Amino acid sequence: MKVKHEVRLAGFGGQGIILAGHILGKAASLFEKKNAVFTQSYGPEARGGSCSADVVISEETIHYPKVIKPDVLVLMSQGALGSYGNNIREDGILILDEDLVNLMEDPEGLTVYRAPATRIAEEMGKRIVANIVMLGALTALGGVIGYESMKKAVIDSIPAGTEDFNISAFDRGHDYAKSLLS
Amino acid sequence: MADRDVLTGEHFIHGDAACAEGALAAGCLFFAGYPITPATEVAERMARRLPEVGGVYIQMEDEIASMAAILGASWGGAKSMTATSGPGFSLMMENIGLGMMTETPCVVVNIMRGGPSTGLPTLVGQADVMQARWGSHGDYGCIALAPSSPQECFDYTIKAFNLSERYRQPVFVLGDEVVGHMTEKVVIPKREKLKIQPRILPKALRGDYLPFDSSTSMPAPMAIAGQGYHAHVTGLTHDERGYPVITADVQERNVRHIVDKIRKNADRIIEVDTVGIEDAEVVVVAYGCTSRVARQAVENLRSRNLKVGLVKLITIWPFPSGLIRSLADRVKAFVVPEINYGQIAYEVERTAGGRAEVLLMALMGGSIHTPAEIEDGVGEFL
Repeated sequence: MKVKHEVRLAGFGGQGIILAGHILGKAASLFEKKNAVFTQSYGPEARGGSCSADVVISEETIHYPKVIKPDVLVLMSQGALGSYGNNIREDGILILDEDLVNLMEDPEGLTVYRAPATRIAEEMGKRIVANIVMLGALTALGGVIGYESMKKAVIDSIPAGTEDFNISAFDRGHDYAKSLLS
Repeated sequence: MADRDVLTGEHFIHGDAACAEGALAAGCLFFAGYPITPATEVAERMARRLPEVGGVYIQMEDEIASMAAILGASWGGAKSMTATSGPGFSLMMENIGLGMMTETPCVVVNIMRGGPSTGLPTLVGQADVMQARWGSHGDYGCIALAPSSPQECFDYTIKAFNLSERYRQPVFVLGDEVVGHMTEKVVIPKREKLKIQPRILPKALRGDYLPFDSSTSMPAPMAIAGQGYHAHVTGLTHDERGYPVITADVQERNVRHIVDKIRKNADRIIEVDTVGIEDAEVVVVAYGCTSRVARQAVENLRSRNLKVGLVKLITIWPFPSGLIRSLADRVKAFVVPEINYGQIAYEVERTAGGRAEVLLMALMGGSIHTPAEIEDGVGEFL
């Protein structure tokens, strides 16, 4: 079966968008033995500028490396909605950080999920894990990657000593998203 | 320490990091450089990794000094490398010529961004192709490899080191921003699976050794400074011993030698990947990130039973003139997508010699082609 996914995560610099994309690509590539290409775009600013992380995942060889029309789009800022919100497959999945992105009306055909990733991270006392919370939600909602692979990729990509905290953030995001599905 | 140079296993890393790992696997022990987007990550990785393998990393005051330092390190016996992008590559040109004239093995990685001048620091370009070939003054032969993935960054950097040792000259890895910053799986094989060319050392008696012997189409073995052989190293025109002789006769021998060692061995150096050229009516010629887009376009067209082929240049230089010439006799057209305003397209046109049409699909930089664009270009001839 030809399964190809194009996933885009977008927000502003400092939210860990790029790391989240890297972790997703690593999970697919190293832990699910699929092909994955991770590319990124960001402005010259260290923080605050808009940025996106693009991951193409496929069972087959990926020649064209960039995302053309994502089937899963994760948005973590209002600016990102403006820049990337219109470019998604007609039947795609849109995941929003609900406190940071205000979408008036759900576009027809899309499946829209709202998860308070940043609020959950703040409740845990560390806003910087919002990206990991969102990865947990993406794992449950996106249908792109398995829970165990993603967890391994998270542990493989974060500073030693922070494993428990990050996995707890990941699981909170995952649990919240699962509650949206039930 | 010794086992840290070859990180056998699967890694999810970008092209810049893969260049660094390729260099370390090839035995590189010296890096001198000056950071520049989008090649900074090569230096960053080398700065972290070289001390782990007993090597030396130096951040120099600029790219002119960086290039000089790696030439010196090479004469000191170390495999050496630098990495840069367009503006830095321009600064390196003078000492690249010194490396060509003194037949000094080393590797220069250029992760191309949009130019000229400061251009597009963070975005892709492929416009340094002719600069790599002709950028330093005077005549010399050129070897340049163009990776299209992080895996190829690893593999081709090793190839570049091997070629630099075999042909005793600076060799270029011409990456581009898309490939340098793209992250994919890189498989690093076991040490014993890697083919590594060590320095070719002289076997002659001290008095008989000619460090710049030009009597064959291969370079002389290279002595390491401090091991007893006499070698004089100069950018001036020099005789077989390396001493300056400023005459037309010696210039004739000297320069023919540094050009011919590449020209006469071109068939052994040139490498391409091809898809479907056996029955193709139209052939796409591409390299670097553009070759991946071209590959997708060619596969899309072939799945519709259209007779389209791809020549992907592994070595941009030497250019595979023989292959393009023979294809020109039986194809309608060549389509050349590249992120510059026509560089390899000229080379294809020159080699095709009017026997097949050549369509340049130029982008000025900052973005890559889409498969659909290339399919449209090919479609003009079907």
